[in-house]
Amino acid sequence: MSLPPLPEQSKSQIAKPPARDGETSISGALAAKLLPQTRFGGPIPWVIAILIALVVVSAAGGLSLRNLADSARADLSDAVTIQITEADAARRARLTRAAADVMTEQPLVTSVRVVPEEELIALIEPWLGSAAQSDEVPIPALIDVELSRSVTGADIAELESALEAVVPEARIDAQSDWLRPVYDALSALQYLALALIALVALATAAAVWLAARSAFSNHEDTVEILHLLGATDAQVTRIFQRSVLRDAAFGATIGLFVGVGAVWLLSQQFSALNSGMIGGGALGWQDWVVIALVPVAGVLLALVTGRITIKLALRSML
Amino acid sequence: MSDSPNEIVKFDNVGLRYGTDPEVLSDLSFTLHPGSFYFLTGASGAGKTSLLKLLYLMQRPSRGAIRMFGRDMITLPRERLPDFRRRLGVVFQDFRLVQHLSAFDNVALPLRLSGATEGKVMKAVSDMLEWVGLTHRAQAVPATMSGGEQQRVAIARAVIARPRMLIADEPTGNVDPDMALKLLRLFEALNNRVGTTVVVATHDVHLLKKVPESLIMRLQKGRLSDPTGALRFPPRTEPGRVHQPRKSAP
Repeated sequence: MSLPPLPEQSKSQIAKPPARDGETSISGALAAKLLPQTRFGGPIPWVIAILIALVVVSAAGGLSLRNLADSARADLSDAVTIQITEADAARRARLTRAAADVMTEQPLVTSVRVVPEEELIALIEPWLGSAAQSDEVPIPALIDVELSRSVTGADIAELESALEAVVPEARIDAQSDWLRPVYDALSALQYLALALIALVALATAAAVWLAARSAFSNHEDTVEILHLLGATDAQVTRIFQRSVLRDAAFGATIGLFVGVGAVWLLSQQFSALNSGMIGGGALGWQDWVVIALVPVAGVLLALVTGRITIKLALRSML
Repeated sequence: MSDSPNEIVKFDNVGLRYGTDPEVLSDLSFTLHPGSFYFLTGASGAGKTSLLKLLYLMQRPSRGAIRMFGRDMITLPRERLPDFRRRLGVVFQDFRLVQHLSAFDNVALPLRLSGATEGKVMKAVSDMLEWVGLTHRAQAVPATMSGGEQQRVAIARAVIARPRMLIADEPTGNVDPDMALKLLRLFEALNNRVGTTVVVATHDVHLLKKVPESLIMRLQKGRLSDPTGALRFPPRTEPGRVHQPRKSAP
């Protein structure tokens, strides 16, 4: 080996230490060289894909249940039903008209509709069969009353008071009361969806933590060399963060597509039921924006978890 | 300890132990001067590598005080260490090259970590590989290179950022005598032409005579002896051999 003169370097070529930690960033190309990866052959991108798909389905389910409950409440919370139970048909008809008149005069009431007898018979026919049309089976009269706003207990008491003076046989039912157990069940399912999302987020963080620790262990020699050459913790962390970002972004994209596909299939199944109530659970554009943000949140969670994991691991080194 | 422009490293009563084991280094007190060439000798297990670890900031001492570049290294916060590590060039006994990087990328690492532009990196690394005679092996990865070639890559990486101090641990341990001498000439050139302080740990006593102006630090069972006066403050002046610290690297 000959010994030519040591190559000259201008002052600008001489490496300067950073004024503060992390001032100099490592280029993506160098980071890729320092931390070579397989083409998504490891389990982590796929684990993240499964977890994101689960969150997408859970989020869609939770949002759909919320829409369903809101829709049902909107339909029923500003209406009451008046029921008049009287065996004598003529008297029942007279009381019904009187009750309708009383309701019409109330300031809170916007419309009053006496449910036609044919409609009532059609409603109970599935249970009573041809007996529903028999005069021997007295059918209560019903009056649908729509109100200008959501009804409260005080409103009901006021309407009852006005009605009692003229038609004491009449009974007022707030329609929303009928569905209270359904609302409670829907709320419980929404909380379940939220809990599932929280659990999956924890599982995602745990998976990223394990992956980052494993990557750090596998490349500990490289990290030590970089440290000895003057790399800062921020520079080393960025190398690993880039790897986490790549895996998480890939997994989250796959997870989003799988999750949205599952939601679409489920929505097709529910649409086929052709039920008015189920139709209230359809997802709006705001809901789709929320669902689209799920993978973004997943990637951010993975990045933060990876960063914390690597920073903690680096602190164990001098 | 007072700062002096005539010292780059100062150890004062330094001891090092690993865990609860007995001390591997005891009562080390010495000063290294800018632009000087030091050999660190001693039998295997004497503590040479442990002392070098303290010098290249991979280990903190169990006791005593260490000043480097005018700063107290004992109280220096961990996040300030990279600043000082970038003033050092280290040639490890096992080279410690990044195995999946090419020779070019290994040599370029210190500059890239310092944020040098790719244009400057390309020129500086090309020049350096030419200097160590490895231009034709620029894209080879360490696994395909001979021990001597890897050693030269490690040296090129250690000196590319013009460190103020070069530390080499048994740099000739894996090469034949001819190559050992050539590597030593590289260190000498760096010391003479750039003014870099050089510390070479070796147990090869024949090497010591190859650099006439070198000073010798001898470790015995973790303690330093001072055969050439290298450790005195200032070093002893011998007839026909005057210790004249050279101008240090910028």
